[in-house]
Amino acid sequence: MSAHSPLSSVGAKQAEAYGKLGHQRPNWYLRMKSWWNDRSRWQQWLILLIVVVLAYLLPVINPPLITTEPSNDFAISCFNMALYGLVALGLNVVVGQAGLLDLGYIGFFAVGAYTASLWTSPDSPLVHIPYLWTLPLAMIVTVVFGIALGIPTLRLRGDYLAIVTLGFGEIIRLLATIVPVLKGNTGFQNVGRPPGEIDGAPIFSASNGLPWYWFTVTFIVIVMILLGNLERSRVGRAWFAIREDEDAAEIMGVPTFRFKLAAFGTGAALGGLSGALLAGQVGFVNNQKFDVPTSILFLAAVILGGQGNKLGVVIGGAIVAYVPLRFTALGGWKFLIFGIVLVLLMIFRSQGLFGKKPKLLTYTARIRRKVKKEGPPGDDEGTPPKTAPRRGGAA
Amino acid sequence: MSSDWISFDFGALIDSFWATTFDGLTLGAIYALVALGYTLVYGVLNLINFAHSEVFIAGAFAVVFFLSALGFGPSAPTLPIGMLILDLVLAGIIAMVVSGGTAVLVERIAYKPLRNRGASRLAFLISAIGMSFVLQYIFYEWRGATAEPAVTMFRPKPIFEVFGSIIDSQQLTIFIAAVVMMVCVDQIVQRTKLGRGIRAVAQDPDTATLMGVNKERIIVATFAIGGFLAGAAALFYVMRVPSGVFYMGGFILGIKAFTAAVLGGIGNVRGALLGGLLVGLIGNYGATILGDSQWTDVVIFIVLILVLMIRPNGILGSNLGEARV
Repeated sequence: MSAHSPLSSVGAKQAEAYGKLGHQRPNWYLRMKSWWNDRSRWQQWLILLIVVVLAYLLPVINPPLITTEPSNDFAISCFNMALYGLVALGLNVVVGQAGLLDLGYIGFFAVGAYTASLWTSPDSPLVHIPYLWTLPLAMIVTVVFGIALGIPTLRLRGDYLAIVTLGFGEIIRLLATIVPVLKGNTGFQNVGRPPGEIDGAPIFSASNGLPWYWFTVTFIVIVMILLGNLERSRVGRAWFAIREDEDAAEIMGVPTFRFKLAAFGTGAALGGLSGALLAGQVGFVNNQKFDVPTSILFLAAVILGGQGNKLGVVIGGAIVAYVPLRFTALGGWKFLIFGIVLVLLMIFRSQGLFGKKPKLLTYTARIRRKVKKEGPPGDDEGTPPKTAPRRGGAA
Repeated sequence: MSSDWISFDFGALIDSFWATTFDGLTLGAIYALVALGYTLVYGVLNLINFAHSEVFIAGAFAVVFFLSALGFGPSAPTLPIGMLILDLVLAGIIAMVVSGGTAVLVERIAYKPLRNRGASRLAFLISAIGMSFVLQYIFYEWRGATAEPAVTMFRPKPIFEVFGSIIDSQQLTIFIAAVVMMVCVDQIVQRTKLGRGIRAVAQDPDTATLMGVNKERIIVATFAIGGFLAGAAALFYVMRVPSGVFYMGGFILGIKAFTAAVLGGIGNVRGALLGGLLVGLIGNYGATILGDSQWTDVVIFIVLILVLMIRPNGILGSNLGEARV
């Protein structure tokens, strides 16, 4: 049995895959990518700014054809899309960046939702605190859960980790049913919401999705910037190394366990945050929303968007949330269709819609551009080759 | 905060220890049969066949349909024993064919194209999950969310008494039939030419191919064997849990069976047997001590985590390829 690094192609195959990726990707993507890389820094920022503003305005514009009305309020649908995007962003840290297969991510989501409702709902016997305080609290609590789950299980390899996380998700769901404090099916009514009123009506309410959408998108933007920085730091490089080959990373001196735990904790915190946001928007939490199929939908969002690509997974999450809301007639067929899509996607485009080309993250955009302009670097010392395996024996 | 939601009642376990044990072994035998399917496929392809739970429930649907067509209903039929056995054997064969066929179909649709493209292991897993969704919701769209009407095959008769508790004909049938089948599979893997091929592919697919093993045929055979066992398990499942046949039924049992395979050491045929029986027992003991069957899965998963902490590759650990001749 060769290396058990489960989530990546191994060794020589990998080098081959790097070469192949360019061919598999349709031309539009390549063209877009190179066009983007040719823009100067401020042009990139400007375009990003426009995209973000458009994203914020999406529910206000309410484009025909795209809109989910009349069956679903478009602003609330947008909130759900954004929420799935945030969830996918968090799960992407675990699956896409560190390469740990987590099938029980819904567990963290549930813990976040229950944290928010336990500390704000009048149905809960606990001390009540303002809703906004529950967001950091939910993140802290889920990190604790993530570490408590991670310490015993992160020494396990791929498939074992998958079943253990699946079990964790189920345990959380079952505990929500069994433990009386968590109120099972009855659930918590009137979960708190952020403060603020206009003309006596609360800004944030279950029926008005717009503020919630903006709130969530703001979180997505912040998290993406933070994760982007993390990705380019020592932590991100360590995750990259672990994902590609855990044994090699360990031998090269990467404390793999600690970094895997960090990935688990980061992912868990984002899951908790998303859960708390959902609890706040819906205003009601019970044990019915946290089942394994939903957990797998989260994973599907990450896979669909392309693991490792932050923007990609957010779009993947939005699509996964959007399709059943737009095509309500689908009903139970949505899971069937997701299943077919997953199989087809794995057959024809296993890197997802916006698969990230594996690249060394050490280099800033400036250096990448310079390297590109000057052609592939020579063998002289000090200039590391951009993608080592490309040039065969010469390197 | 109330703290009476969890109470350990060891007295309840001591009172009904043997009855709980026998029932646990019966359930465990069913889990073990399904676990074998996971383990064989994992051994050969290093792939968690997530769709195996649906392969199993397809067989269960077949059993229910077939027996209903023969006139079996909620109450036990009054048939001569010979007819009954004939009917049950026929139902078993049909379930095995349906499950085996489904397993091979899943392999052809979801895994073979990926193999031809040399996809990564995660891609296989996602494809498996996708296939599981597809099958699950085909059943959902076809039969709805409610369980099929119960089919009772026979009224369990007490056979003999051990330590003051009764072993009935149902438990005995399931346990003996399941164990016989597992021994057969173990012997097939250990002794026949097919088994040698399976072990060879498990150990090193490329070398096995060079040595003249037809890898594709071995893979299909592995899926088929796993499917046959799942079909047999489906018959016993309908016998033991008559009202448990609905679209999520496969998932609920499959997750336990998969846990069993991992607990025993995935890829290990004997590990699946051991793991299955252990999961059956642990689940039953846990539910008895904690006084609620809802605890079953929680206890099973906690035990799984604890065992994996000590033995990260499961109890028996070694995989199919390393098994000795």
